[in-house]
Amino acid sequence: MALNLTVAVASGKGGTGKTTVSANLACAAVEAGYRAAYLDCDVEEPNGHLFLKPCLSHRYPVSVPIPEVNGKKCIKCGACQEVCQYSAIVKISKTVLTFDNMCHGCGGCSLVCPAGAITEKERPIGIIEKGSAGGVSFIHGRLNIGEAMSPPLIKAVREADQHVNLTIIDAPPGTSCPVIAAIRGVDYVLLVTEPTPFGLNDLGLALDMLHELGIPGAVVINRANLEYNQLAYDFCRERRVRILAEIPDARRVAEAYSVGDLAYYAIPGYREIMKQLLTSVQREAIG
Amino acid sequence: MFIKTINLFKKKPERVKILKVAITSQGKTLESKVDPRFGRAGWFVVINTNTGDYRAVNNQKSLNANQGAGIQAAEQVSREEVSALITGNCGPKAFRTLMAAGIKVYYGTEGTVAEVLEQFKKGALREASDASVDSHWA
Repeated sequence: MALNLTVAVASGKGGTGKTTVSANLACAAVEAGYRAAYLDCDVEEPNGHLFLKPCLSHRYPVSVPIPEVNGKKCIKCGACQEVCQYSAIVKISKTVLTFDNMCHGCGGCSLVCPAGAITEKERPIGIIEKGSAGGVSFIHGRLNIGEAMSPPLIKAVREADQHVNLTIIDAPPGTSCPVIAAIRGVDYVLLVTEPTPFGLNDLGLALDMLHELGIPGAVVINRANLEYNQLAYDFCRERRVRILAEIPDARRVAEAYSVGDLAYYAIPGYREIMKQLLTSVQREAIG
Repeated sequence: MFIKTINLFKKKPERVKILKVAITSQGKTLESKVDPRFGRAGWFVVINTNTGDYRAVNNQKSLNANQGAGIQAAEQVSREEVSALITGNCGPKAFRTLMAAGIKVYYGTEGTVAEVLEQFKKGALREASDASVDSHWA
């Protein structure tokens, strides 16, 4: 059995089934004897807990360091503004303005300030909750309402990972900074897609992202249906990417989802699909 | 003696104060259309209202910024040492930055840069007391 394998479940388009795949995969992993963790990195709208129903045992806040300028010490040189990539600190006439919610917390301004006028204070952005769900070690982040700065919280969720040998990351949708924060450095990525033109278009963007990051990955087709499957097969052949699983489009899956049941336990046949997927991921990732 | 004292209080002829105005513009000339956006405006036409001289300042850096375009644009306008800015809309961060720079903001978007300048000179534009649109971020 592999040691310390981290697999992220991502998608270009939203609502394709990342949480369904990652939560069910975590169950399969525990059954297969892994010490598995499920990390919900979709911190803007975490929903894995609705299905895994964890008993939470720890909760702590996460914050980013933001600059506080001492106007008496400040020599108005503008070095802080020069180093800031996000316009979170700006020297304007004879004052220095800071914009707290623009700050990514890199600490650059306080490092370059020649007058030592900048100190850091903490700005809370969200919380992390940890617990356990039927043998799965459960961790998720909850971003504060109205907060735009999710990557620091996502990184904190990943750092909260406990002593497990298989980590499954439920990534946010899309291809922007939060997704990068969730998948950078993982061993393998599963891209969940629908076999529709819309789903495949965004799958293409996600594949470009993986290529850019140099992370190996494969595709899982969710809501597979005969009418559209050929589109997905053609697309994946053209992009030279493997399809590791097909989850059939079934009303029973949607019904289980709607009441927060894991398809893994609720629907016959689903368990086999997930076990098979786990085996394929192991084979592909360890290769 | 009395007359001399009065002379002391007599005002010296003041140097004519230069009033520079920046107008957000879609192009580089006075005939260009006003750009209703501030942070992501194409150009700033900076005009000396006494002499009528003007020059166009490129806003490329703010246009390409991922975030904070309004702050950067305000910073750039303040470098031009203008006392007033005329634009269509202004968000809260840009407005705060412009206030810190002591730049008055006027909203006016109808027509060309020259036309808006004329309205400004006639006092037909209202001075903004607040941002006109919400933040794109939080």
